[in-house]
Amino acid sequence: MATTTSDVQIDIDAHDAHHGPEKGLLRWVKTTNHKDIGTLYLWFAFTMLLIGGAMAMVIRAELFQPGLQLVEPQFFNQMTTLHGLIMVFGAIMPAFVGLANWQIPLMIGAPDMALPRMNNWSFWILPFAGVMLLSTLFMKGGGPAFGWTFYAPLSTTFAPESTDFFIFAIHMLGFSSIMGAINIIATVMNMRAPDMKLMDMPLFVWTWLITAFLLIAAMPVLAGAVTMMLTDRNFGTSFFDAAGGGDPVMFQHIFWFFGHPEVYIMILPAFGVISQIIPTFARKPLFGYSSMVYATASIALLSFVVWAHHMFLTGMPIAGQMYFMYATIMISVPTGVKVFNWVTTMWRGSLTFETPMLWAIAFVILFTIGGFSGLMLGIAPADIQYHDTYFVVAHFHYVLVTGALFSIIAAVYYWLPKWCGRMYNEKLARIHFWWAVISVNVLFFPQHFLGLAGMPRRIPDYATQFADFNMISSIGGFAFGSSFLLLTYIIVSCIRSGEPIEDERVWESAKGLEWTVATPAPYHTFNEPPQKDKILSESSHVGAH
Amino acid sequence: MQSHNQYFVPHGSYWPIVGSVGMASLLAGFASSLHGSALGSGAMVLGFGIIIFMVFGWMGQVVHESEAGTYNKQVDRSFRMSMAWFIFSEVMFFAAFFGALFYARNFSVPWLGGASNNFFTHQELWSDFKAVWPLIQMPDPSKFSVPKDIIHAWEIPAINTLCLLTSGATLTWAHWALLNNKRNQIIAGLAATIILGIIFLSLQALEYGEAYKHLDLKLSSGIYGSTFFMLTGFHGLHVTLGTIMLIVILMRVIRGHFNPENHFGFEGVAWYWHFVDVVWLGLFIFVYWL
Amino acid sequence: MLSRRCSVCSADASSNRFIARYTTKFKVKSNAIASWLLISFFFLPLSAFADLGFNLPKGVTPVSQNIYDLHMTIFWVCVGIAVVVFGVMIYSIIFHRKSRGAKASNFHESTAIELIWTLIPLGILIAIAVPATRVLIDLENTDKAEMTVKITGYQWKWQYEYLDNGVKFFSNLSKDSRERSEMGKVGDYPDHYLQDVDNRLVLPVNTRIRFLMTSNDVIHSWWVRDLGVKQDANPGFINDAWATIQKPGVYRGQCAELCGKDHGFMPIVVEAKSKEDYAAWVKEQQAKQKAAAAAGDREWSKDELMVQGQKVYSSTCAGCHGVTGQGIPGTFPAIAGSKIATGDVKEHINIVMNGKAGTAMQAFGAQLSDSDLAAVITYERNAFGNNTGDLVQPATIKAAR
Ligand code: HEA
Ligand code: HEA
Ligand code: HEC
Ligand code: CUA
Ligand SMILES: [Cu+2]
Repeated sequence: MATTTSDVQIDIDAHDAHHGPEKGLLRWVKTTNHKDIGTLYLWFAFTMLLIGGAMAMVIRAELFQPGLQLVEPQFFNQMTTLHGLIMVFGAIMPAFVGLANWQIPLMIGAPDMALPRMNNWSFWILPFAGVMLLSTLFMKGGGPAFGWTFYAPLSTTFAPESTDFFIFAIHMLGFSSIMGAINIIATVMNMRAPDMKLMDMPLFVWTWLITAFLLIAAMPVLAGAVTMMLTDRNFGTSFFDAAGGGDPVMFQHIFWFFGHPEVYIMILPAFGVISQIIPTFARKPLFGYSSMVYATASIALLSFVVWAHHMFLTGMPIAGQMYFMYATIMISVPTGVKVFNWVTTMWRGSLTFETPMLWAIAFVILFTIGGFSGLMLGIAPADIQYHDTYFVVAHFHYVLVTGALFSIIAAVYYWLPKWCGRMYNEKLARIHFWWAVISVNVLFFPQHFLGLAGMPRRIPDYATQFADFNMISSIGGFAFGSSFLLLTYIIVSCIRSGEPIEDERVWESAKGLEWTVATPAPYHTFNEPPQKDKILSESSHVGAH
Repeated sequence: MQSHNQYFVPHGSYWPIVGSVGMASLLAGFASSLHGSALGSGAMVLGFGIIIFMVFGWMGQVVHESEAGTYNKQVDRSFRMSMAWFIFSEVMFFAAFFGALFYARNFSVPWLGGASNNFFTHQELWSDFKAVWPLIQMPDPSKFSVPKDIIHAWEIPAINTLCLLTSGATLTWAHWALLNNKRNQIIAGLAATIILGIIFLSLQALEYGEAYKHLDLKLSSGIYGSTFFMLTGFHGLHVTLGTIMLIVILMRVIRGHFNPENHFGFEGVAWYWHFVDVVWLGLFIFVYWL
Repeated sequence: MLSRRCSVCSADASSNRFIARYTTKFKVKSNAIASWLLISFFFLPLSAFADLGFNLPKGVTPVSQNIYDLHMTIFWVCVGIAVVVFGVMIYSIIFHRKSRGAKASNFHESTAIELIWTLIPLGILIAIAVPATRVLIDLENTDKAEMTVKITGYQWKWQYEYLDNGVKFFSNLSKDSRERSEMGKVGDYPDHYLQDVDNRLVLPVNTRIRFLMTSNDVIHSWWVRDLGVKQDANPGFINDAWATIQKPGVYRGQCAELCGKDHGFMPIVVEAKSKEDYAAWVKEQQAKQKAAAAAGDREWSKDELMVQGQKVYSSTCAGCHGVTGQGIPGTFPAIAGSKIATGDVKEHINIVMNGKAGTAMQAFGAQLSDSDLAAVITYERNAFGNNTGDLVQPATIKAAR
């Protein structure tokens, strides 16, 4: 096609760097701009966090003391189930995709995501799926009450009608995630500034690239699992029914083949965020950049071969238990490499403790504690005593709340000034940090003791010897929950009336291409790719150039 | 060579939200119709219609933009990568069902028959059960009808294998023609592929009819029927989609849309078709033959 | 310790100076205070709550003791690593801060170091894996059992079958606990609230016992910590586990796999007796079972049926259909005013005895004796305002079998 034909009416001016967003609400419905879509994702995730958090508050309130005070057992189970599902699929994952949308093009010098229209669709499936999922609560027989892991046959033969809506909501969420992941891969592989080599990419981009592969490999398997559930429920198949030659445990294998990579999907981007923040406030290049990349890749690969550590008690033959135990604890090695590299990056740096850094430090310490309990769970014979107790609940909230969620909060504090050109209130932000970090430990640390003392998870009422720790945990929970009201205030007031900043760099020694565009970040950036010298001098690490 | 060398970033679009509405309506409608809601099937049909409308509208716009030359090589690469990774995601979707088949054959059925650490399972619960594959006599026969027979590999399935393998060749022939700008050969190749696809689908329909009417082999015939129909059914769905996409491509070829340098649409569909072929080979070997 | 911590917060938080004096100094000070708080919090339970359970018990079987030792080993390994890693980190937080004039160095790579901190953790893991494997092999070996108990999970109770002597019974949540756990109840908790049952699993000490677990409906998991046994009960499959109880006593546990509404209400109580006491208990049970079978052979009065019926109803049926027969709309039908419970008696007997496939309604014909079935059906037909006046006799049930 030598030249453009003259009948082209297509908006060539779409490439015009200077035109801004459309006016009005429809802008958000139609938008193809990565920054707009990132914003949509982040607000969606935040809303879901509040909803999922409100459900957690119901759980903690019911568990405040023994006896049933507030909710019936069936409703309690619905709260647990939807809390888990909404936090995982509604809050944490979309928040990371939102961060990816905002940051990846800025960090690799790209004008936008590779497939902007599809990007819009990835987002706009979510609200529909979210509403469908939440609407189950109002249906006959109530919402799903079988845990976020929806084990058959509780979720097939013994589940309410609304389960079919739940199944389709999962299909939609999965479809959205897969399209989002494809977009990220295409963007990173194809839209990088021509002079940026893979090993020049910031770690956040690396971790997301690897996460995207995890998503594409894991989400379709989940779709397969719920599809088999659907046919077992409605069309007479017997995948998960021994009477017809199937096996309920088969469901668990398929679920966890997805589920375990899923938990790394929620932590690898967090590793990326932390690897951006620590060098900035240590004023020192990231230590061991290339080993960080390899460690991330190893974690991702290992994550596909350890799934049955969630199933040590299902009656797996002993050889299976041994294998899954060894493979599982192996993950500690590359994860340890990451932790050691972060600590060494701080070592002999020139540290300051602005809010993002506070969250990053809390992340490293508390995630590591969560990792240690994970290691303990990975020891198959010991897991006999831990499995399905609050010890597990403590483990995964340390890695998910003080891990994934903390990193998201850190990222918002770190990049929000760039996004909106205003500074948040540092004083309030510090109060928020200390409030949250103390209360979150009051909330989750006692749950270790509860688990060891013998309290099973997913119960609405408990024996009296668990009363004290539960009360402490609930108090911590209410305190931690209310810290989100302060966070909401801080963010909203920053966007509306924060002190304007002009400095492109925002943070004294931040490095990265995102800090070379104007503040606030213009609607369109990097219509011209950045040059090699700039890329190299903005590298937050000193990689293998 | 391009009129502009910047990456094409489209303007805002309504198609995605239309697609979401359609999808939500289709699925919510399906779920309610499963529970006897009269509105359900209506919503389902409506949603399906909206999705078709969206696909044609959206793809139409893409074709239009492509023909207008707004896409450069880089955009083309984005499309290719996306298609490739989309196909990979489909591979993983099928992997879940193949995994179920593998698990049933190697674990659950033998275990019900007392293998591995399941001596007591057999002795206490299913002492009459014999672990054989294909599984015709269920552990609890009272709940299942017994299929008279299964579908044998070297009958219709073998012919279907031949069909799909040939169709892969005819498609490659068409592609080769496209690279050499031989229009008639492209059309012939594509048409042959489509016809083979349709033959495949018809034979499969025949096979299903036979299974249901004469063999009593159903989706509800225990784990054998479950895996058989899920795997072949989803594959058949993919062949149907692939055939429709090939027809669209054929129409675009007739309109003169592609040239040797620029034919991602053609190639994307060709990849998809080859993927469907490969899945079929897996099916033929693991579902029908072994 | 708890109070010390609170006094620190309130001293600071209650005064406005806390906020007013916010300066760069605040950073250092608040960091220090908060780290202290955090650290003291982690160790708080060790000192203050020694009487509360915050660790695994050693238990009373070889397996549970091995697991305990393994647990403590890994725990201390983790603490050791934590001390080193957090120590280095805290050191640099304190000494390498800009406000202290620290200048950033620029080192950023060392293959040797990366190799070291890959290999050392690997070594540590291997050191943990060896004892773990040993314990695992031991606890998976259920050979040479001296007796076998088959455990079947039901929504929401356990059935125990002693395969060697024919004793067989259900074990439900105790009545005290069931009543106290009703919505909105206040007041004292009964002893062993939610961890007490009507019929205990009685076992002999110093005997190698094999447990076979299975389920009648969804997945349950049979867990008694002191025995070191937790094993899923999967419908359609049987898993096994074993225990040799070394000390007589009462050991409590509960279901450990989400199994629906009353998952939190299916406790397990094991009573370990000396071998002689156990043998006597078995005799007693066998006699009881004979008597129960005989009770079905005579005619029952209405009062007898209603009293026994209420007993059976509240232990067996109330979990789903509610103490007052209201059920849960959409999930469990109400008995009060139910078409079946007020209609044809045959239908009623049929659904109770044979259940309904594909729903939570089980076939109670296999679970209850003729007299209990007759009683509960009579009860349902005359309670909750279902005043049908019908009587169902054990003989009718016997005929229906
Ligand atoms: C972000 C999410 C996340 C992450 C990162 C992890 C990380 C890990 N998890 Fe966790 N996990 C969950 C989320 C996560 N998990 C969830 C949600 C569940 C419950 C699901 C459910 O049932 O609902 C769960 C449950 C779960 C179980 C099942 C428990 C049970 O149900 O019985 C197990 C068992 O092996 C396990 C293990 C691990 C291990 C070994 C790691 C490792 O990756 C941790 C590695 C990190 C470290 C070890 C710390 C740092 C390392 C060093 C400082 C180096 C030196 C260390 C050593 C040599 C020891 N997890
Ligand atoms: C993925 C992330 C994630 C996050 C962030 C959280 C956050 C929290 N989680 Fe949970 N949780 C899970 C994932 C997560 N969780 C999963 C996967 C499960 C397993 C589910 C299952 O068993 O199936 C689980 C289970 C789980 C349990 C066990 C339930 C059971 O076994 O029965 C408990 C109990 O304490 C709990 C508590 C909490 C609390 C107190 C928070 C707090 O951090 C929440 C903080 C609070 C807020 C963020 C809300 C604040 C908002 C307001 C106060 C205002 C509300 C206003 C409006 C809505 C208008 N979670
Ligand atoms: C685990 C839950 C559960 C328990 C325990 C249970 N039921 Fe049911 N029951 C059900 C369910 C679910 C149904 C509805 C079945 C259907 O879909 O028709 C039902 C239906 C019934 C009906 C028919 C009601 C109607 O109007 O359709 C009767 C009568 C009944 N049960 C009696 C009993 C008796 C008697 C017991 C105790 C001996 C009992 N149930 C214990 C779950 C239970
Ligand atoms: Cu039975 Cu939980
Ligand atoms: Cu896992």
